[in-house]
Amino acid sequence: MSSIRFDAVGKSFGGGVLTLQDINLDVADKEFVAIVGPSGCGKTTCLRMAAGFDFPTSGRVLVGNSEVTKPGPDRAVVFQQFALFPWKTVTENIELGLRNKSVARDERKARVADAVAMIGLGGYENSYPHQLSGGMQQRVAIARAYVLDPQVLLMDEPFGALDAQTRVVMQEELVRLARLNPRTVLFITHGVEEAVYLADRVAIMTRRPGRIKEIVDVKSVRIAERWDSHSRIEDVMDLESFVHLRTHIWKSLREEKAGADH
Amino acid sequence: MTDVMDPARRLLLGACGLIGFFGLWAAISGSGLVAPTFLPGPLDVARRLVFLLTESFAGGTLLVHLWSSLQRFAAGYLLAAAVGVPLGLLMGRFRTLDDIVSPLFDGLRFIAPIAWVPFAALWFGTGFGGPVLIIFSGAFPPCLLNAYRGAKHVDPRYLEAAEMLGTPSGRIITEVLLPASVPSIIAGLRIGAGLGWQSLVGAELIVASTGVGYLMVQAQSAVSTTTVMVGMAAIGFIGVLIDVALRTIEARIHRRLGGA
Repeated sequence: MSSIRFDAVGKSFGGGVLTLQDINLDVADKEFVAIVGPSGCGKTTCLRMAAGFDFPTSGRVLVGNSEVTKPGPDRAVVFQQFALFPWKTVTENIELGLRNKSVARDERKARVADAVAMIGLGGYENSYPHQLSGGMQQRVAIARAYVLDPQVLLMDEPFGALDAQTRVVMQEELVRLARLNPRTVLFITHGVEEAVYLADRVAIMTRRPGRIKEIVDVKSVRIAERWDSHSRIEDVMDLESFVHLRTHIWKSLREEKAGADH
Repeated sequence: MTDVMDPARRLLLGACGLIGFFGLWAAISGSGLVAPTFLPGPLDVARRLVFLLTESFAGGTLLVHLWSSLQRFAAGYLLAAAVGVPLGLLMGRFRTLDDIVSPLFDGLRFIAPIAWVPFAALWFGTGFGGPVLIIFSGAFPPCLLNAYRGAKHVDPRYLEAAEMLGTPSGRIITEVLLPASVPSIIAGLRIGAGLGWQSLVGAELIVASTGVGYLMVQAQSAVSTTTVMVGMAAIGFIGVLIDVALRTIEARIHRRLGGA
């Protein structure tokens, strides 16, 4: 059991400016939840609190059944800017978490090889991050997270720094991985299509102070309309049921953005 | 100022500077306006240098004195690096240690190495230990400060990534802080080498019984100004060699990190 629970979470940073207000959100075991919201609404802060990088001012964040007190390999994070160690090769980057867990050398090699194969980076094991494209670097970051076999995956706009074509490929691959090997995932994005395509549920946040405005169930629609029978993202995005959900979320977000302009 | 530095142009300009300097020097010393002991000419100094390579002065040839100086330098400098770099990284990582050490360090580092001469001689003698302490006090601050600043300025994303991967605190120092701080550490080692070499020779002027500084003091007593100048030239030349060696290492490491 590895759920994530935000229990009446509030957060204000120095100076007392309220960033998050009364966040209540449950991500069930093996569920994929995306949070969308306008820039600066505090969605990344939600993820950072689940990761143990930031802490709530009020309320609690629970992973499994225990309160988050520090970062740890049970909650692997994929960062927007990848955060690969530039002085380590692909293999060394993926391997560090396993070394920390004192996994024996032979098993480590096998698991790193599996992870490299999973993300399709065979042949680049000894390359340094700066020798790889942005998409390849983010694959390495995903492999670095997956190899730990974490209960929870926290992804902070992981495809935000990639070009449009690469992003589509990565989204398709993430869906493939998530279906193959389901995890509890909290996914932060400002891309509505991405959220609808990837997630079981989409939580919409208001502008600051961020609150959860609405939670949209995508999974039941996806199953009823058999989205998974289409392997290509553009085919799914053409479906009427997809367009309907996307438009609904867009409108909801747009009200927030319009409000921010006044 | 051109953005692209043409190496040939740089060499040419550097050579012009050197030729101009030696030309002016030779002209003044050869003009007959000053006594040869007041300002020996470059050729006299060169002749004296060749002489001192084979003939003993103040207890040894120039090479013997240089070797003695280099040994002291190596001991003091390596000690400064071995203590300064790890301590700087630890201070960059652990706030408590930083708070304990910083005020003391900030006070001590403004005491010039030469000010330690009386106590260096008293505590460690004038042969090896005293000069080693003096070079340590010259080389230590930049070694520590640059490692500390490097560790403080590590991109917090790397620290978060390491913590997220369950990296224990000690390993974060070796796996993240140290490699991320390498450019800063190398810069500190370069500055430390320069300051250390300077303070060593200064110290030998007073406390040693061998070494280039000692050679120069003896030469001064003997009014052999050419010998003093040979000592000065040797100090400058070895200083350049040390810096070139460290710069080469620095460039190699930068290339390996791919400018990241």
